[in-house]
Amino acid sequence: MDVGTILQFTLDVLNLGSLYALMALGLVVIYGILKLVNFAYGELVMVAGYTLYLLNGSPLPWLIMALVAVCMAVIGGITTDLVAFRPVRANSLTAMLITSFAFSTLLQNAALLFISPRARNVPLPEIFTQSVTMLGVIIPVRNLITIASAFILLGAFTLVMKRTVLGMALRAAASNFTMARMVGIPANFIITVAFAISGLFAGVVAMLWLGRIGAVVPGIGLEPLLVAFIACVIGGMRSLVGAVVGGYLLALIDVSFNYALPPDLLSFRDAFTFTMVIVILLLRPSGLIKGPDTGKRT
Amino acid sequence: MNRHLVTLICITLPVVLLVIAAELIDDRLLTRLATTLCINMILVLGLQIFTGNSGILSFAHIGFMGIGAYTSAVITMPARLKSMALPELYPIMQGVQLDPLVGMAIGGVVAALVAAIVAYPLMRLSDAAAVITSFALLMILHTIMVHWSEVTNGPRTLFGIVEATTLQLAAAAAVVAAIGAYWFKESRVGILLRAVRNDEVAAAAIGAHIPLLRWRAYVLSAFYAGIGGALWAHFITSFSPNAFYLRETFVILGMLVIGGPATVSGAVFGVFSVTAVFEGLRALEKAINAADLFSSTVVGLTEIILALVMLIVLILRPGGIIERNEFGTLARWPFMKKQNSSRGE
Repeated sequence: MDVGTILQFTLDVLNLGSLYALMALGLVVIYGILKLVNFAYGELVMVAGYTLYLLNGSPLPWLIMALVAVCMAVIGGITTDLVAFRPVRANSLTAMLITSFAFSTLLQNAALLFISPRARNVPLPEIFTQSVTMLGVIIPVRNLITIASAFILLGAFTLVMKRTVLGMALRAAASNFTMARMVGIPANFIITVAFAISGLFAGVVAMLWLGRIGAVVPGIGLEPLLVAFIACVIGGMRSLVGAVVGGYLLALIDVSFNYALPPDLLSFRDAFTFTMVIVILLLRPSGLIKGPDTGKRT
Repeated sequence: MNRHLVTLICITLPVVLLVIAAELIDDRLLTRLATTLCINMILVLGLQIFTGNSGILSFAHIGFMGIGAYTSAVITMPARLKSMALPELYPIMQGVQLDPLVGMAIGGVVAALVAAIVAYPLMRLSDAAAVITSFALLMILHTIMVHWSEVTNGPRTLFGIVEATTLQLAAAAAVVAAIGAYWFKESRVGILLRAVRNDEVAAAAIGAHIPLLRWRAYVLSAFYAGIGGALWAHFITSFSPNAFYLRETFVILGMLVIGGPATVSGAVFGVFSVTAVFEGLRALEKAINAADLFSSTVVGLTEIILALVMLIVLILRPGGIIERNEFGTLARWPFMKKQNSSRGE
């Protein structure tokens, strides 16, 4: 292996891993507090994508359009909380799972009904199609943007979680919800904030993801959701660090499979990764990195 | 009258009446609709057996439906059609051509066997972990169906399946399925399983072997799904792996949740009411499209309404419309003064 291949491999892993880590983090923020898998998470990516599509042709610069799209994903996240979770929070876990599944189907079919079942191109800035050459390797600029924005976002998120009152309240709620309420943390507000953060991650993921595929379809949210699932399970469903580690690890596994597996086995790659999920859940139910100890779900 | 008997009559009578009505009216469309309803009823009852009694959501159910459908389709297909529909099929399988009824039974058994092998280690998991593994299982089964082109014709449509499912056959299977589901619910395993659902620790303390109990329900549930899938395959005669994915999962889950997952009566009620609403909406969708009211065709309206109904039902009645009392207990309300709330469940 020469230096070029190693650089290529490393950048592929970092690029895919950054995307996966952001996806996983958006899911874990919710799971940490509500102990709940949000099936409608993928549809937030879709909402951001369609917002970008609808803004196509407006005179706004692309960055503003992207910002509006991310804001819509945040609003989508908050709506998910209000529609699918808050009314049934007192009921069983299963009820919340089904409402989130129903809400996901609702959004997807709304896109199908009101926009189109066919793929729609979204506007993208010039820079997403350019590439640079380094050590004889052609690197698309969008990959570098993905890596950079993931690092910035992860850094900012860490700062918020460690240094601000809001972050501490979120972590307290995630580790022991009842206790957090007793010391005066407003429950509804914290949960809504968690959903807003989840929406923020979904929005950013949508922008980077669309930069890769260039078009939005109603089913676009499924892949990010599945990736987030796997990454969370590998890294640890209860730990924010675990989600990021899981994202990068999954990317490492995926890219290695791409380089190593023969083509006719490569089509079964997803089956392999999901088998791995089941095995990890069986052997280490809390994932590779254990989160904070927890009381019961409230 | 015995409350079990009343319940059994109430859950099987609608199917019998439906068949009689379909025979009398003898409309092709109505017959097809009634057959679909009976098949859906088997699938919903299968899901009820596991989810209703154990309280754990299972997404993999539709994957087992796919296993039943493909198994039965492949082993009953005439040899000359096989060389066209499945050119890459293994030589050993090429000559196999069984009677459709035998094929359907084998389809169910294969689905149950696969479930028996893969599910046992998973039955230890509860809550979110259980849901994620069942979701992962659906993804694995779907990936295999899409890529195993030797047997499933890959992501393309598999055609040339023997048409063998009549309304009478589907209805008979649905009646047996309903009786079987109720029998399981009232059996020792069913009662113990619901004890586990209500309190894992307490049930384990009185000696309930939790993984084994769940496993039994799961295998039976997969058998139902396999039979349902096989019946569906011989009814629709051509399908692709996408038929066994999230959309179908959503419809089956919707029927169960709206009707009430904890009771067999609820499952049956859910199938009938959702089918009625669904078909009405589909007719409306078709009428709108035919009248050209909008520039583009209307798709997805039925799913939107179903999703909304699911949300509303879960918010207002978290346990579904028939929450805990079977028809047999419900029917005694007018005659009995009290005491059934303690007997219910």
